[in-house]
Amino acid sequence: MTETTIRPFSAASFEQYISEHKLMAARCTLCGASYIPPRAICPKCHSEQLEWIETSGKGLLQAFTMIYTGPTFMVEQGFDRAHPYISGIVMLEEGAAISARITGVDALKPDLNLIGTPLGVDFIEFGEAGKSKTYLAFKIL
Amino acid sequence: MSKSRSLPRGVAIVGAGMSKFGAFPEKNSRDLFVEAFKSMSSSVDKGYDPGVIQALYVGNFSSDQFEHQAHIAPLMADAVGLTPIPATRVEDACASGGVALRQGVMAIASGLADVVLVGGTEKMTALSTAAVTDALATAADVSFEISAGFTFPGFYAAIASAYMQRYGMLPEHLMNVAIKNHDNAALNPNAQFGVTIQKWMEGRIAAALKKGKPAPNWANIWDFLHDNSGNPMIAWPLRLFDCSPVSDGAAVVLLVADELAREFSDHPIHIIGTGQASDSALHGRLDLTSLFAAKKASADAYAMAGVTPRDIRIAEVHDCFTIAEVIATEDLGFFTPGEGYKAAEDGLTARVGSKPINTSGGLKAKGHPVGASGVAQAVEVWKQMRGEAGERQVPGDVPLALTHNVGATGSTCVVHVYERKS
Repeated sequence: MTETTIRPFSAASFEQYISEHKLMAARCTLCGASYIPPRAICPKCHSEQLEWIETSGKGLLQAFTMIYTGPTFMVEQGFDRAHPYISGIVMLEEGAAISARITGVDALKPDLNLIGTPLGVDFIEFGEAGKSKTYLAFKIL
Repeated sequence: MSKSRSLPRGVAIVGAGMSKFGAFPEKNSRDLFVEAFKSMSSSVDKGYDPGVIQALYVGNFSSDQFEHQAHIAPLMADAVGLTPIPATRVEDACASGGVALRQGVMAIASGLADVVLVGGTEKMTALSTAAVTDALATAADVSFEISAGFTFPGFYAAIASAYMQRYGMLPEHLMNVAIKNHDNAALNPNAQFGVTIQKWMEGRIAAALKKGKPAPNWANIWDFLHDNSGNPMIAWPLRLFDCSPVSDGAAVVLLVADELAREFSDHPIHIIGTGQASDSALHGRLDLTSLFAAKKASADAYAMAGVTPRDIRIAEVHDCFTIAEVIATEDLGFFTPGEGYKAAEDGLTARVGSKPINTSGGLKAKGHPVGASGVAQAVEVWKQMRGEAGERQVPGDVPLALTHNVGATGSTCVVHVYERKS
C-alpha cells in the first residue's frame, strides 16, 4: 500500500483508517517490531522512522468479558442487562494486541475455550448513513 | 532493570488518620480532607504544632469531573491553616494516594523538607452511576480501549478470564476474597460497608419481608452470591460483590525525617522502601494474568528495604476487584502464580491467617474514594503495626508491612514497605 503522504502516527489517523475499514499497525523500519495501536517512537529502539502496515486482520482471542453495565455510548447502541456485549483483547498475527468488540458469539454463554480461538477483523458501523462511527470488532472465523 | 537505590535520609510516619468512607451528600473533598487531618492530628502521640509542616502532597484522581473543582491542593492547605506551604496535587488514577505518599517520602529523603503532610481525598457520590462510570473510564487509554466498550469491571473481568483459563480458577473462588474483606470491614468503624456478607444477606431478607414480599430463596451466603438479584453480574465473571464501590472519603499521614521522629512519637513507623512503575494499556501487556508494574515496583521497594516477601507480616493491596487482590498477592511474591486464589480459599489471607491481606476490609468493603485509597492503606498498616487496630488487630507483632496501590489496570503501581523499629 503506497501513499504520497504518510499519515501521522496518531489516534486520529488510526480512527480514520478504521472508518476506511482498515486495521493498520506501525512498524519500526529500524528493528522491525510492529505496534498496534500505532506509535511515533519505537519503544524498543527509540527510532522515529516508522511506517504504516495494513494488518491481515487475523488474530487469536487472549481475554474477554461479557459486559452487562456498559458506558453511555453502548447503551445507545441497544445494549443493557438483558443484552450484554463482549469486549476482548486480540493478539494479531503481527505480534501486537488490541482491544475490540467480539462478535459472532453468544454473549450470554461465557466459555473459556474461546480463549485462543482464531478471529478475523470486523467493522461495526453505528449511526445514520454518512454520519456513522466505525467500531473495531473481531468475529469468530 | 535499574540498580537498587537506598533512601539517603530516613522517613517516618508519626501521625495517621482518615474520615469515615461512605456516601456523604453534605461533604465535599475539602470537608473530608479536614476530617482526616483532624483525625491524624489527634493521633500524634506527643502532639505537635501544625506550623512545622513544610509541604503538602494530596492524591486526587478527578475532583475536576466529580466536583467541577480542579487545583485543589492549595485549597486543602488553606483549609487546615497551612498556607503558604508548597501544595501539590498528585494524579495517577487510583494510585494517586500512594504516589502522593512517594512524593512526600522523596521530599524528605532528598533533604528538601523535614516535615511533610500527605493526604488523599475523593468525593464521588454526587454524580449518577453512569456519570461516575464515564469519569472512571478516563483512567484507561481512552483513544484505544474505551471504543471497544470496556469498563473498569470489564478490564479486570478480562484479566480474570485469562487467569481462569490458565490456572483453572472458577468465579466462585473469587467470592472467598469478598467474604474475607467484608469480615474484616465489619470490625472497621471507618468502613463504608462495615458488615459481613452474612449480615448483608440477612438484611436483604428482612427488608423483603417488611415490604410484604416473599423472602428470597437464599439458604446461605453462597446461594446469595450466586443469585442475580442478590449479586448481579456486572462484567462476566465479575459480579457486584467482586467490585469495589463508589465512595467519598479522605486519609492523611504526617511524615517526618527519621532524626526528628522522637519529637512526635516514641513509636513511629518508618517507610524503608518505595517503588513505582508504569505500564501500557491492558492490551499492551505480555502477560494478562499479572500486573508487571506491580512486580517491578515491589522488586524496587523490597530491594530498597532490604527485605523479602516472606518477611512481610501484613499487606494492604489494591483490591479494586477481587481478581486484583488474588493477582496482587502473587505479584508481590506472597504466593506463586496460580496459587493466590487457593491461598484465599484456604484462609491464609484472613486476619488470623499466615499472611493477612486487607485487614481494613480492602477497597471492596472499606470503600474506594479513588485518591484517598493509597493513603488509607498507609493509615491501616500504621495502626496495625502500633497495635491500635482494635477488634481487627492481627495477633502478634507486625514488624514489617507493605502497601500496594494500582492505577487503572496496572499502568501505574506504587509499593511501600514499612518497619516498626521501636
